Amino acid sequence: MGAGTEALEQRPAPDKRGNGVGHSGNGAGMPPTDIGNPAYFHKVVDCQWACPAHTPVPEYIRLIAAGRYTDAYMVNWKSNVFPGILGRTCDRPCEPACRRGRVEEEPVAICRLKRVAADNKDDISDLLPPKPAKKNGKRVALIGAGPASLTVVRDLAPLGYELVLFDADKRGGGMIRSQIPRFRLPEEVIDEEVDYILDRGFVETRFGTRIDSMKELLSEKFDAVFVGSGAPRGRDLDIPGRSEAAKNIHIGIDWLSNVSFEHIDKIGKRVIVLGGGNTAMDCCRTSRRLGGDDVKVIVRSGFEEMKASPWEKEDAMHEGIPIHNFLVPKEFTHKDGKLTGVIFEKVVAKKDEKGRRQLVPSGEPDQHFECDDVLIAVGQENSFPWIERDCGIEFDKWNMPKVNEITFQSTNPKIFFGGDAAFGPKNIIWAVAHGHDAAVSIDKFCSGDDVAKRPPPLTNLMSQKMGIHEWSYDNDISNSLRHKVPMRDQKIALKSIKAEVELGFDPMLGYAETQRCLNCDVQTVFEANLCIECDACADICPVDCITFTPNAAEPDLRLILNAPADNLTQDLYVSPPLKTARVLVKDEDVCLHCGLCAERCPTGAWDMQKFLLEMTYATEARCSRA
Amino acid sequence: MTYIAKPKLHHPKLPANALGFTRRDYEGSVSTLCAGCGHDSISAAIIQACFEIDLPPHRLAKLSGIGCSSKTPTYFLGQSHGFNSVHGRMPSVLTGANLANRDLVYMGISGDGDSASIGLGQFAHCIRRGVNMVYIVENNGVYGLTKGQFSATADKGSKSKKGAGNPDSPMDLVSLALIAGASFVGRSFSGDKKQLVELIKAAIAHKGAAFLDVISPCVAFNNHAGSTKSFDYVREHNEAVNALEFIEGKEEITIDHDPGTTINVTQHDGSVLRLRKLAEDHDPTDRASVMNFIQRHNARGEIATGLLYVEPDSEDLLDRLGVTKRPLNSLGDTDLCPGSGALEKINAGLR
Repeated sequence: MGAGTEALEQRPAPDKRGNGVGHSGNGAGMPPTDIGNPAYFHKVVDCQWACPAHTPVPEYIRLIAAGRYTDAYMVNWKSNVFPGILGRTCDRPCEPACRRGRVEEEPVAICRLKRVAADNKDDISDLLPPKPAKKNGKRVALIGAGPASLTVVRDLAPLGYELVLFDADKRGGGMIRSQIPRFRLPEEVIDEEVDYILDRGFVETRFGTRIDSMKELLSEKFDAVFVGSGAPRGRDLDIPGRSEAAKNIHIGIDWLSNVSFEHIDKIGKRVIVLGGGNTAMDCCRTSRRLGGDDVKVIVRSGFEEMKASPWEKEDAMHEGIPIHNFLVPKEFTHKDGKLTGVIFEKVVAKKDEKGRRQLVPSGEPDQHFECDDVLIAVGQENSFPWIERDCGIEFDKWNMPKVNEITFQSTNPKIFFGGDAAFGPKNIIWAVAHGHDAAVSIDKFCSGDDVAKRPPPLTNLMSQKMGIHEWSYDNDISNSLRHKVPMRDQKIALKSIKAEVELGFDPMLGYAETQRCLNCDVQTVFEANLCIECDACADICPVDCITFTPNAAEPDLRLILNAPADNLTQDLYVSPPLKTARVLVKDEDVCLHCGLCAERCPTGAWDMQKFLLEMTYATEARCSRA
Repeated sequence: MTYIAKPKLHHPKLPANALGFTRRDYEGSVSTLCAGCGHDSISAAIIQACFEIDLPPHRLAKLSGIGCSSKTPTYFLGQSHGFNSVHGRMPSVLTGANLANRDLVYMGISGDGDSASIGLGQFAHCIRRGVNMVYIVENNGVYGLTKGQFSATADKGSKSKKGAGNPDSPMDLVSLALIAGASFVGRSFSGDKKQLVELIKAAIAHKGAAFLDVISPCVAFNNHAGSTKSFDYVREHNEAVNALEFIEGKEEITIDHDPGTTINVTQHDGSVLRLRKLAEDHDPTDRASVMNFIQRHNARGEIATGLLYVEPDSEDLLDRLGVTKRPLNSLGDTDLCPGSGALEKINAGLR
């Protein structure tokens, strides 16, 4: 999490086995699109495709619009386990992917809509899975009570597993509780969503227990072990003066954790935060609330290259925290054992002969910034000193366990990894996705099934036609720009570490924002043999995404459409040959899913059909789906 | 009929023309015609053509009569002038408007009922007088608003939706326009936008009576087997006589690589109609041969489309009348009532 967050990289999910829309070479035309492949329409739902947990986003947004907050919450809860937490803290891979962001300025505020569902729902306790009638006799240990382990617990508990959850902290939540400041995520929200999993008698918790030896744990005869211990070690900065001024130099994530658990409640007036990730943003904003008047963030590289999410940078700057860039820390200055400041070397970004971007000294004189305290947030890493290297888990050259990217199984078949512990620091939503997959694996492993055989997702495609020009979804989307989330008055917000800064959308504002969603899951489905090529769809399409044309290879076809189809990440939907031997080509890129093509179609060749894809979790995999 | 307005959001790379308008800026209200109506494709072609020639929307006057076709001016160029007149009487209103303000571009939108039945006389005389206009007939061969009776342009022997054959001879508006002296005659098909857009652009630039007969299938009442105005029939029998490229005067005209098959017709405003010949025996500047050509095609059941006839040195009604170059509606009291001195002079000249 935090400063170590790497650029989002899509793991090939088990449901993405090519989408069958590639083009054949040799000048031949594109083959008709295989819409029977669930990956094709899934990819059109950009938000859901981009979400590691594949949450059906438009589905819950429509439920929010209908005021069905509890249902919207449960769609989320099923998929991402922590809607209230994620609705405040998610890294939102869905939003940069959102189609709305390609037809106007900004994407739908998906993340904050999730919070609307969480804030306004009714009591959901009756909707949670019941306690299994009997245990299945299998015991699973889970190390670390963070989002990955909690997801595994939630998925396995209804199947009757005896689950034992270990954590060094006194309470569950892991980094959600220890590293995210309360002004972004109130404790009640954490308690509520963690307790939906821990408080229902499903699981034996051994909190306050640090696991120091994997071997010792294995001797307890568990059928499987899940390691969800996170990436708990903050990187240090070994430059001159580090040890002499140690009293006022803190490791970011450890310091945040100490603040969360109320071991620390103040900091010096002048604070420098080193690092450009989300942890750095949390550190600087926390400092502002603990007595830091003059807080600044200083990063090695450029402002644009910072790993922090753009909105987190914005929030920090909004609280009067400047961000200085292209400054590499060189030395901590100190006097009489007390930190006095940091010396930085000024650098510029240049491309080397191989085209790689490198930071080289600018030749300008070094710059000295005075300060009372420094927080180091330059990344975090995994640490497995407690896993003996001879207990069957192989480690790679970076000292990371070798973990299968689909099954999350280590080389010791009964030991599984997930969350930051598996592939290094990412964020909560990835941990949840890992947890779901690991739970499927653990269940298969404990049942003697092949772990590599993954359950397919549930998919459903259903016409939305209700009458001649009536659809069961609201296709009259709003033209308004993205709504801003109301914030607490800054004077009050900066006074308390616990006062939540964002107040969240109220139901009216939330409704207004839902109306910006394009309903990308309501697919344009084309039936070639009904088409009379009257051009009505091509004429009415507000974004010119429909073309009737002679077929061609994909690169050529992309150039001859009514509007250039130059977003290569978006597929072309190609029909079989029509009566005139032409094909229909629809560029999925900026389709508004407004349904006007279907409304103007005289023969019903176009239909609007809702594509629902739900991932299959361990609980359901046991049922008929698998 | 559709219940939502077309969303304002558009393709992020939608190009703008010289006026800074996108094609979407040339749209009108959302169509209330039947889904799939050929007329909507013609509206789309008009929008495209006006966008491409950078026509300021407020310089266009669109006039129509009664019928499905005559509703369509509402669905394109929402920022231009319009007049929805009496059935078959659009040509008179258009002529009057043209006399009053010669500076506007006049576009008459009519249908086969409006022009070939009730308005046949007005159609012929308006063409005969050479009113400077684009006269578009959206020709579907049926009375769609009254549920599909044969119109005057329905071919003899073509079948109605219920299977009855048409016993009467058709009125061929292209032939009639040629006889009446139209200086620009084209025919096209709502399903061939590429051809139609160029024809509309050329017709707008043309001085005098430019007539376009556009076959526009009625999906509700005339798109079945046995109809000669259906998508399938027109596609099978469509014989394009030439491929037109409209080149605005301001563009540099490049040398033809193949002079034998391509001719350039320069119109009075400097615009060039580049015609790539597709039919051997068709000469678009010879009225008599074109009339023969059309009759031969009609006899074979073929639908000749393209720019059928054009008279490069055309003149219009206002030239013939010797009307002042200034629009009449801009003449003030002193222009219209030059005083008793001027009257004396006129009277003296008549003595």
